[in-house]
Amino acid sequence: MDYILSFLIFFPLVAALLGLLVTRESIRTYALTVTGVQFLVSLLLWLNFDAANPGMQFVQQIPVVESLGISYFVGVDGFSLWLVILSTFMTLIAVMGLSETRNLKNLIAAILVLETTMVGVFVALDAILFYLFWEFSLVPMLYIIGAWGSGRRIYAAVKFFIYTFAGSLLLLLGMLFMAWFYYQSTGMWSFSILDWHLLQLPFNLQLWLFVAMGIGFAVKVPMFPFHTWLPYAHGMAPTVGSVLLAAVLLKMGTYGFVRFSLPMFPDASVYFMIPIGIIAVIMVIYTAMVAFAQKDIKQVIAYSSISHMGVIVLGTFALNAEGIAGSVFFMLSHGIISGALFMLVGMLYDRRHTKLMSEFGGVAKTMPIYAGIFLFMVMASAGLPLTMGFIGEFLSLLGYYKVSPIMALLAGTSIVLGAIYLLHLFRQTFYGPITVEANKSLRDLMPKEIVALVPLIAVVVWLGVYPKPVLGSIDTSAKNLVNLMYTKAVLPESREKLYDLNTYELQGVR
Amino acid sequence: MPIEQFSMEMVNFATLAPMLVLVLGGMFILIIDLFQKLDRGFYVTVTMMTLALALGLLLFYGVQGHGFFDVMLVDGIALASQMIIIGASLLFIPLAMTGVRFMEFKFAEFYALFLFMVAGFAFMVSSDNLIMIFIGLETGSLALYTLIAMHRRDKSLEAAIKYFTMGGAAAALFAFGAMLLYAATGSVEIRTIEEVLVSSGFANLPLVLAGSAFLLAGLGFKLSVVPFHTWTPDVYEGASAPLAGYMSIVPKIAAFVVLLRLFDFLVQSPDGIIYWLLWIAAVATMTIGNILALVQDGVKRMLAYSSVSHAGFVLTAVVMGTTQAHTGIFLYWALFLFTNLGAFAMLWISRHPSKVWDIRYDHPYKKFAGMVHISPVGAVVMAVFMLSLAGIPPFALFWGKLYLISAAVNSGHLVLALIMLANSAIAVYYYLKLIIYMFLHDPEENDNTVYYQNGTVPLKIVLGVAAVAVSLSFLAIDPMLNLFGDLVAASGF
Repeated sequence: MDYILSFLIFFPLVAALLGLLVTRESIRTYALTVTGVQFLVSLLLWLNFDAANPGMQFVQQIPVVESLGISYFVGVDGFSLWLVILSTFMTLIAVMGLSETRNLKNLIAAILVLETTMVGVFVALDAILFYLFWEFSLVPMLYIIGAWGSGRRIYAAVKFFIYTFAGSLLLLLGMLFMAWFYYQSTGMWSFSILDWHLLQLPFNLQLWLFVAMGIGFAVKVPMFPFHTWLPYAHGMAPTVGSVLLAAVLLKMGTYGFVRFSLPMFPDASVYFMIPIGIIAVIMVIYTAMVAFAQKDIKQVIAYSSISHMGVIVLGTFALNAEGIAGSVFFMLSHGIISGALFMLVGMLYDRRHTKLMSEFGGVAKTMPIYAGIFLFMVMASAGLPLTMGFIGEFLSLLGYYKVSPIMALLAGTSIVLGAIYLLHLFRQTFYGPITVEANKSLRDLMPKEIVALVPLIAVVVWLGVYPKPVLGSIDTSAKNLVNLMYTKAVLPESREKLYDLNTYELQGVR
Repeated sequence: MPIEQFSMEMVNFATLAPMLVLVLGGMFILIIDLFQKLDRGFYVTVTMMTLALALGLLLFYGVQGHGFFDVMLVDGIALASQMIIIGASLLFIPLAMTGVRFMEFKFAEFYALFLFMVAGFAFMVSSDNLIMIFIGLETGSLALYTLIAMHRRDKSLEAAIKYFTMGGAAAALFAFGAMLLYAATGSVEIRTIEEVLVSSGFANLPLVLAGSAFLLAGLGFKLSVVPFHTWTPDVYEGASAPLAGYMSIVPKIAAFVVLLRLFDFLVQSPDGIIYWLLWIAAVATMTIGNILALVQDGVKRMLAYSSVSHAGFVLTAVVMGTTQAHTGIFLYWALFLFTNLGAFAMLWISRHPSKVWDIRYDHPYKKFAGMVHISPVGAVVMAVFMLSLAGIPPFALFWGKLYLISAAVNSGHLVLALIMLANSAIAVYYYLKLIIYMFLHDPEENDNTVYYQNGTVPLKIVLGVAAVAVSLSFLAIDPMLNLFGDLVAASGF
């Protein structure tokens, strides 16, 4: 069990290289085998995970650059465990639903390398290792969008790359500064995130580092006003690219906030709680409105993604256990639901080679199964109770309600607005008379496509009805996180604030 | 010196041994050429053996201190830079074994001149005597001009003459600067100059400043520091691809070492003029190099401007002036060696004897369009070099950049660190452009023989070594930091 995380990181990478030996005809089966094994191993990780232990588990540390304190340091806690499983699960599903035929070998290799970087980001406990995977994830994604995309694919791919690369350079500066400060205070070099968690920083420094790292994360999330790259990337990306981008890559940004910003800069987090809340509310409402105005189905889902990411950010910056646990849970549910929606859109696109709503209408008559699954996912995305989408959204808003009821209410419009634009989308596409001749002969879902979608539906229902298996370990880590923030805060007023927000969990601390 | 004071210890042949081996190897090649016309395989092997022997002696003798009547100084940085110089030469010389027969590699003179050049640069870095440095610089440079011209194309002659003219001007500036420092302090030995200046609190400041400016300009030509960079793209374009790659590494590390010896104390001049001069030179070099690289249509010219920018990036280390920063120079350059030589070797391997993609450029971007469909391994290897140059982890130059930016943060140069980061963000675009052509565009025509006309086993081995070194460099960072760190700290920089 000691090397299970290293296996999860490097297995897809090695498999991608060995994939060069596999012929074109068998590459799909090969990819399914690899991602399937990867998913099973990640389940094994869950089975062996001790949900009651709030610390890091399956830890492995090998020094790499000792003179600078950089090491290969991996481990999972209640947050990252689920994001790892989300990555392996969604990669498997994305490969199952893969309909691309051009240059399949290269595409599979790119997807597998991307899986390595996704798992790597979530399990890295060394800042440089984290940065390494964070940065390298751009390369396979650039290739996927640029080579298999449509329309102005190259422009979209480059915009995606440059935008996120520039953002993450500030993150790197923040990390180097943090390491230097660590050296100043302890006399030792360390890039270990766990070491950094223990370091108390003066308030002014916290502000600067929070901003530097925060911009890097915000571009990835993407937070308003850094969101402009995302609709473009989604618009041009192939289905598999959109699925992985929405389901996993965006979560790297919000995970960054949870792993770095909150525990390292508790005072700055409290300080920026309201400003970030305002940005999140703007994200929620503004992008929901933009989503309503879209003519392209995929763009609606892309903007709805940003809107929901706003709620996730809001939940994280509630700075209490409900909010943080809710936001992490929402990361998972959004990953699965938006991934499913992008896959569904991709299936329609495969049939008609267009994504414009005006080209459709009445599709429910020709594709009843498809329409049914689409409706289910749309409802889950809008936060229907008893689906996975409800729980995360509800907990995130509940958490922020303690900070500011008004802002939580405003962000709560995401449920209403989401219902409006998603049902509008659904009506335009599936109901009404069939106006376009080609839609009369659309083929309903093929068994292969149903097989890819059923696990998603099952998970959305299962965790919507009974979220405890997942929420339990997330909650343990969330409580641990707020306790850490409380003990680490340097300013009395931020301790006061954290105490007010967390009366239940922090009992006995004061 | 009276003869009775002479002793063998003053000669200290250990300081001279590697250069002597190089010179003797070159002479051996010249002499044997008189008797028998030999194949280039023979010359390449003899050259490599000579280089390996020199490297062995270098490592065997280690740090020696002063020698040969105090003219030589084999300290830590001399040792570190000679390792880089000889390492780059070892990687360069097998590139002569091309598939297409080029004229220059038939001549024994090519290999002899090459060894003389390496010896010249080795002398240049292992001395703190300005006259000796000047002689080393000129020996190396004159041999290099000839090597460029031997490529025998119109553009090569143009490049050689351009480089020669510019190099001549640079030599004059360097000599004049050395003279002014001599006038101010009465010595041509850098350590004496330092002593005199520090103990007198930089007396004769105007003279010292003028001398420093001339020296900076002279070395600036070799380092292609803005505004002395204008020759770089033309010369690189005219020279053969591997020689261009070689020029972006070896003369520059030699110039960096001299710059470090001189400006390590000159930056402490009381009013900070020299400090800011260097600061502006470094920032201008990396920024302007980057911006010019953005608008290039030929890959070779892009790489030329990119190496200007990399030199500017490393020049910041001299501005920072800490031991960590100085260690960073050698770390960065050793990593740059593999990356840049690899990138230029890729251009070399794809050199086509007859096919013309563009009238103006040998290697326009569109030549590489859709390379991944035609030769996937080549495309991936080239992409690895580009990602490394762009500073994407885990490839080699990421670690160099990381270390230098970290040095900037640690020494309180936060503005400099921000400028370095901003430049990395600009630079990624033009490296990405090549990757985009290779991976995202469709091929212009599907001809399997397009890229490897010039490829042979030795070339592919060199490329393989470079690609593996660039990809797995993270394993070598720690040993390299320890080695270079010790060497730099031991020589007091």
